[in-house]
Amino acid sequence: MPDNVLEIRDLVVEYHTDDAHIYAVNGVSLNVKKGETIGLVGETGAGKTTIAKSILRILQSPPAKICSGSIMFDGADLMKLSEKEMQHIRGNKIAMIFQDPMTALNPIETVGFQIEEAIRLHNKISRVEAVRRACEMLEMVGIPAERYKEYPHQFSGGMKQRVVIAMALACKPMLLLADEPTTALDVTIQAQVLEMMNDLKTKLNTSVILITHDLGVVANMCDSVAVVYAGEIVEYGTAEDIFDRTAHPYTVGLFNSLPRLNTTERRLKPIKGLMLDPTIKPPGCRFSDRCPEATEKCCKQPPPDVEVSPGHIVKCWLRGGSN
Amino acid sequence: MNEAYRKKRSKFGEVVRRLKKNKAAVFSVFVLIIIVLVGIFADYLAPYPYDQQNYSLSFAKPSPEHWLGCDQLGRDILSRLIYATRQSLQLGILATAIAGILGITLGCIAGYYGGWVDMVIMRFLDIYQSIPMFLLCVTLAAVMGPSLRNAVLAIGISTVPLPARLMRASILTVRNQEFIEAARMCNASNRRIILKHIIPNAIAPVIVSITMTVGMNILAGASLSYIGLGAQPPIPEWGTMVADARNIMRDHAILALYPGLCIMITVLACNLLGDGLRDALDPRLKN
Amino acid sequence: MLRFIGKRLLMMIPIMLGIILVVQIFITITPGDPVRLMSGDLLSEEEMEELRVQLGLRDPFFVRYVNYIKNILRGDFGTSYRTHRPVLTEIMSRFPYSLLLVSVSLALALAIGIPIGIYAATHQYSWKDNLSIIAALFCVSMPSFWFALMLIQLFAVKLRIFPPSGVDRWIGWVLPSVTLALEYCATIARQTRSNMLEVIRQDYITTARAKGLAERKVRYRHALKNAIIPVIMIVGQIFGRALGGSMIFEVIFSIPGLGAYTISALQNRDYPVIMSSVLILSTLFAVVLLIVDVIFALVDPRIRSQYIGKNKRKKPPVTQQPLKPLESVEGGNAS
Repeated sequence: MPDNVLEIRDLVVEYHTDDAHIYAVNGVSLNVKKGETIGLVGETGAGKTTIAKSILRILQSPPAKICSGSIMFDGADLMKLSEKEMQHIRGNKIAMIFQDPMTALNPIETVGFQIEEAIRLHNKISRVEAVRRACEMLEMVGIPAERYKEYPHQFSGGMKQRVVIAMALACKPMLLLADEPTTALDVTIQAQVLEMMNDLKTKLNTSVILITHDLGVVANMCDSVAVVYAGEIVEYGTAEDIFDRTAHPYTVGLFNSLPRLNTTERRLKPIKGLMLDPTIKPPGCRFSDRCPEATEKCCKQPPPDVEVSPGHIVKCWLRGGSN
Repeated sequence: MNEAYRKKRSKFGEVVRRLKKNKAAVFSVFVLIIIVLVGIFADYLAPYPYDQQNYSLSFAKPSPEHWLGCDQLGRDILSRLIYATRQSLQLGILATAIAGILGITLGCIAGYYGGWVDMVIMRFLDIYQSIPMFLLCVTLAAVMGPSLRNAVLAIGISTVPLPARLMRASILTVRNQEFIEAARMCNASNRRIILKHIIPNAIAPVIVSITMTVGMNILAGASLSYIGLGAQPPIPEWGTMVADARNIMRDHAILALYPGLCIMITVLACNLLGDGLRDALDPRLKN
Repeated sequence: MLRFIGKRLLMMIPIMLGIILVVQIFITITPGDPVRLMSGDLLSEEEMEELRVQLGLRDPFFVRYVNYIKNILRGDFGTSYRTHRPVLTEIMSRFPYSLLLVSVSLALALAIGIPIGIYAATHQYSWKDNLSIIAALFCVSMPSFWFALMLIQLFAVKLRIFPPSGVDRWIGWVLPSVTLALEYCATIARQTRSNMLEVIRQDYITTARAKGLAERKVRYRHALKNAIIPVIMIVGQIFGRALGGSMIFEVIFSIPGLGAYTISALQNRDYPVIMSSVLILSTLFAVVLLIVDVIFALVDPRIRSQYIGKNKRKKPPVTQQPLKPLESVEGGNAS
């Protein structure tokens, strides 16, 4: 049984602003095994990025507040570490890459320097050695080392994202949090970057939490999948479980809304309604107002986690849950 | 057609609503209204004429008859401050009006027609702005001869480039946006595009700038008056009152304090209002 | 880069010609007779007329214009009507004072304004931030000459720390430069604060944090360096405002500078002095603007690569352009 690299237990995160109280993450529990790629799938606003940023504790602290929960990593609870200890982990043991490569790099520092900075931060080595390692990372992501001294604006979007990946993996982290890394890129570049990420991941044996709303990317890259809706994980399983034995009504709706090339359809089938207002804490299932199968019990009581087959968990009353 | 009209009204309403939330801006509006009213009704509000001298009352302390006391010539300070409001406000508001009208027109022409018209106007503004603004102001005022009217003209003329450039930049930005293309595709005429689409969207930053400019010009007017180029005696103006007090500062500094405070409060109100307008017109800029 | 500088210097020439033209127009169309002011009752009408012809006041407009320019090219800026000394010497003896006053004030404004701006931005929402905003607004709304008088009253007269006027000793410079600096300090602080606030919200700051950088380093190495760049852009404009504003300060503090000299020349209708002062001050302003633009281009790699190096590229897309300054900078006192 492979070890778990990361264990999130009952994470609750809220945003407190002048206007509103937002329940962003509502009791999320998740395990990430060593060397696996787990996809966090969901619509915009489901809370995926908040979960990722909570792991690294880089949420904007007002207005965000981590209310409760624990995140076990490398033998320690990340929620209980001091800021200095967290700094030691960020970029070093756990790294994160963000969605928009155009704005993710500091425009007035050279690309090489930004990678070098990450290396020197966590390794007591000489500058020369750091530069050498940074060049190595650049080559690993397919950028010639001669471009070390160039500035971000001199690179295209896809190449910038490679630099970001190089920066994140420079210290060979155990866990990589990738927040929609290819959403802002062209489809062809997307494929290249994903392939490169896969390569690196295998080479360095890094675990990856891949946040995306694109089911195609999930199919390509992920070993396990967690479907996030309104701050909760409503379904979790291997990629096969999710794709072939889809259980939760929301996931079913997601798959149904994809246009297909191999059948003739006259209209698309979206999921009716909009995601729950995050300022509301409903008494029952969060999906009940949009679920085509919702019963009265669904609206009144929060559904339990049901294991419909080994390792495949669904948060629903209607999938074999007991009364 | 009716929906579009309703939407436009509610956009204006939105701005007013956001402005109302800003307490400092609301307060400033009240302060400015009071100041303007004081200026208009100075004749009725001032207890004494501004030039009534009475040497026996020279440097009189504040008393029930003279709430702020008297100056070196025995003139009631409160009355002089009240009358001075009129002059100082004229300097600020009229000068800004001149600068605004000329500047906005220039900016509109340059921005909308583009091409060589734009280039000529921009070169002209370049030369204009090469002379430091106050230097130009003083030169114009001195060369035209010291009087309130000339000071207004001088300040107005030297401030033209600001709204002109702002308006032009604004128009250029709006002109290239997609909703203008959309309007053109609906076959809207040029005039309709300018009036209904470009100007309402482009005017916002200019309004903010104009509000701040009023404050700026009141300061410039006071500065000119201080060196004798603005309002002429015996008509009081806040700047001249400070100048009058200059020679007796050693023992009677308070005579310079009052007019300075008046200037500061008025300009502060203008700036607060301008800030508030800017936040209200584009709330994205706020945080 | 040299081409850029060269082009700008070349562009200064038509601008200077334009300035001379504009000033001459104003001098011509407004009333006031310098000859009468100079000589008063000492000369008869014919003698005054002869003097006018001698001074070239009766020549047609363009003849005067061209003559003035021809003289400048020879280094002859004319002779003062009032003191009968060459204008150039008069101006050059006073120029250092003005330059010193404005430079010291600007340096002070930057040295105090930038840290205050950073402090306010990093303590946003706290009372320290609110206090700094209010203080900045007050500074910008005050009439500078009045404030100078108040400070003289407090520090020179009552407390006797600084001399009320005169700059023969270095301590005499403190009061004028601090007072002049105050308003620009407020503008720079506001600008720095708003830039910092905007920069701190950028994605690359989150990236830096995610790398494990301590908050302090994030602030100074990444955020500040980016936030400062638009401030450089406005330093040039502020210099121009300060040049204008310093005129009154020279009068108040009896500093024998170019500004005070120009004001008295205006009152005396001393045309050669007026013309040359305006020209020289404006040229100084233009040169400073050029220097600031060059510094800006060197400091920001996005702009730099447009001008130098073999990888000359087109302008980077709008999202990557440096921040634009907060508002139109020209504003405030006496400027």
